[in-house]
Amino acid sequence: MTPPRATYLDWNATAPLLPEAAAAMADALGVCGNASSVHRWGRAARHAIEAARREVAALVGAAEDEILFTSGGTEANQTVLRGLPGRRLIVSAIEHDSLRAAGAAYDMVPAREDGCVDLAALERMLARDRRPALVSLMLANNETGAIQPVSEAARIAHRHGALLHTDAVQAAARLAIDKDALGADLMTLSAHKIGGPQGVGALVASPDLPLAPLVAGGGQERGRRAGTENVAGIVGFGVAARLAGERLAGAARIAALRDRAEHSLRAAAPRARIFAAAVPRLPNTLCIAMPRVPAATQVMALDLAGVMVSAGAACSSGKLRRSPVLEAMGVAPDEADCAIRISLGWSTTDADIDHLVETWVSVYRRTRANAA
Amino acid sequence: MSERNRPPIYLDYQATTPCDPRVLAEMLPWFTEKFGNPGSITHAYGREAEAAVERARAQVAALIGAEPREIVFTSGATESNNLAVKGAAHFHRPFGRDHIVTLATEHKCVLESCAALEREGIRVTYLPVGPGGLVDLAGLAAALDERTVLVSVMAAHNEIGVVQPLAEIAALCRARGILFHSDGAQAVGKLPLDAAKSGIDLLSISGHKLYGPKGIGALYVRRRPRARIAALIDGGGQERGLRSGTLPTPLCVGLGAAAALAQAEMAAEAERLLGLRRQFLAGIRARLPDAVLNGDPERRLPGNLNLSFPGVPAPDLMAACPGLALSTGSACTAAELEPSYVLRALGLPDALAAASIRIGLGRFTTAEEVDFAVETMATAVRRLTSGGGVTSAAARAT
Repeated sequence: MTPPRATYLDWNATAPLLPEAAAAMADALGVCGNASSVHRWGRAARHAIEAARREVAALVGAAEDEILFTSGGTEANQTVLRGLPGRRLIVSAIEHDSLRAAGAAYDMVPAREDGCVDLAALERMLARDRRPALVSLMLANNETGAIQPVSEAARIAHRHGALLHTDAVQAAARLAIDKDALGADLMTLSAHKIGGPQGVGALVASPDLPLAPLVAGGGQERGRRAGTENVAGIVGFGVAARLAGERLAGAARIAALRDRAEHSLRAAAPRARIFAAAVPRLPNTLCIAMPRVPAATQVMALDLAGVMVSAGAACSSGKLRRSPVLEAMGVAPDEADCAIRISLGWSTTDADIDHLVETWVSVYRRTRANAA
Repeated sequence: MSERNRPPIYLDYQATTPCDPRVLAEMLPWFTEKFGNPGSITHAYGREAEAAVERARAQVAALIGAEPREIVFTSGATESNNLAVKGAAHFHRPFGRDHIVTLATEHKCVLESCAALEREGIRVTYLPVGPGGLVDLAGLAAALDERTVLVSVMAAHNEIGVVQPLAEIAALCRARGILFHSDGAQAVGKLPLDAAKSGIDLLSISGHKLYGPKGIGALYVRRRPRARIAALIDGGGQERGLRSGTLPTPLCVGLGAAAALAQAEMAAEAERLLGLRRQFLAGIRARLPDAVLNGDPERRLPGNLNLSFPGVPAPDLMAACPGLALSTGSACTAAELEPSYVLRALGLPDALAAASIRIGLGRFTTAEEVDFAVETMATAVRRLTSGGGVTSAAARAT
């Protein structure tokens, strides 16, 4: 049951669909057409997809023919991990599960305590082994929000003849992105983190890059991803990409709300630890450990009060687990188990932050009183 | 509205089906106010989405006589087919099972998955089909050996509508401990299909062929005896590790709703479509006695016809019928004007294969539309075969 006051602060898990995207999708869902069909219905679907492709390309400064639509960020990441046989894979220790999961053997670049990847270690790994490599480093971390030194990593990678892939799922529409300025050869995007629908994403990759399709078949997406295109989903993604400028314009407001939350929580609990606080972070993300209170206790109490946050990534099945990201940063297990992720979005208000702070502080005081 | 501007009559239900307005109505709330990530177990929005996904899973399972936990959501039947074929091969190869048997007429995504596996050293046998498109069971049995891991045969064909003897194939496989995968994209929800009873181990399902949305499908993965496969997409561990990625709640809800509608309406719908198909074929035969029906005349989807009009290249016929949305075969390859590899496998000469048109009838097709389509096609064929001359019927229409 949803309590009367609902405060959604789990935007890194998913964001609501923008009304503009919803309207465009409802129209697209009402029209029948397979984009590969040559009749009028098919051509209309094709036209809608190509318009969306231009919008998504523009979001990251890419060319249209670099955009390969997938079923989401996970599929795009797995296409990178499995689609470049012959390349040695080097993946950062703080990547999303879809890059650290099984599917291919890889080496892992360690992270530093501050939440960023260790570039010196990357340099050593590339220098040690001369095989052509692919380096994968996310643009911003989904749990701590730490913005990674992707352009430096790209320079290092390119110096050693390696390709660079960046998972920009959490960064898109929160940071201005230019693929070429970053020096990224491949980039992953997800629609549902930027106000588009779930079930759509993109891999940005030059058409000249020999990328083996993960999903083989009818030759859609220039032979790089088969399957009848999810026309409505792609249309929704295109609208969300087009409106990303509005999201970026709101970033300063969101950062101010996040900072206010951070200061208020720390004022009540000076020993609460904010992760990745010393490096540039996404404007909307706050990863904080409440001293000696397990994350499961916190999220349950917050949920009862109608404050929706998460303990790490919103992926796996049914149970909370220790964050591999915090582990990679060298956070002690006891402290990592007390960390929750608070993530804001474009409709987050001052009242939402008040609600969060009130509830968090009362949980903190109650547990302290119980302990005493 | 003038004749010219009227949208064409949709006769391409094997390429895709319109999303049923009742399905769309169920999906819409999950796009907007109920937007949680079903993986977000820490709060109410996530759990509400998870509950909706599980309801949908149960609806899909019910349609094919499965248990909910035997259903894995995917992005569509192409992915389901890739997951089944590659997943079975990859899982069992370390145990010395490295041979796959399939038909030369399977959907591209099964054939391309097999081709990718061949490059990895897996053996694949592509069996021919009879002139009607049906598998030869004796030939299939003879192709199986002790290293065969999987047989993949489409339940109902996307181009020629032919329905294969699934229970017989399943029995052959079961007796030898071989997995049986069937691409059910065209069959599920159109024909009664009980995965558990028929002995299918892996069954691919498509949302958008079932009046649901595009971008969603499912793979039935049998639990008893357990069909073991490796994941195609790893990551957050959703779908019991068989398919990672945030589950798109509205699309899952749409597939579930589409499955429930199909289950409730299938029997009556199949009867009605069969009537329309007979009406269509009789109308064509009365006007164009030379027309050839491709694929078995009886063992086929109620809503499918595949016709060749000798001497009339299919693209010319389609161009001459702007009021009809038709296709030459698989939409995936619609833009290629090569004759269909499926029709070639039936033994059709190239000239006839290049003259074939697929007609897909479906939930929203009416008897009036069938009459109009028959008349339009017959007129166009007569005009195109009379050396470009204009028949009196065509003259009246212009």
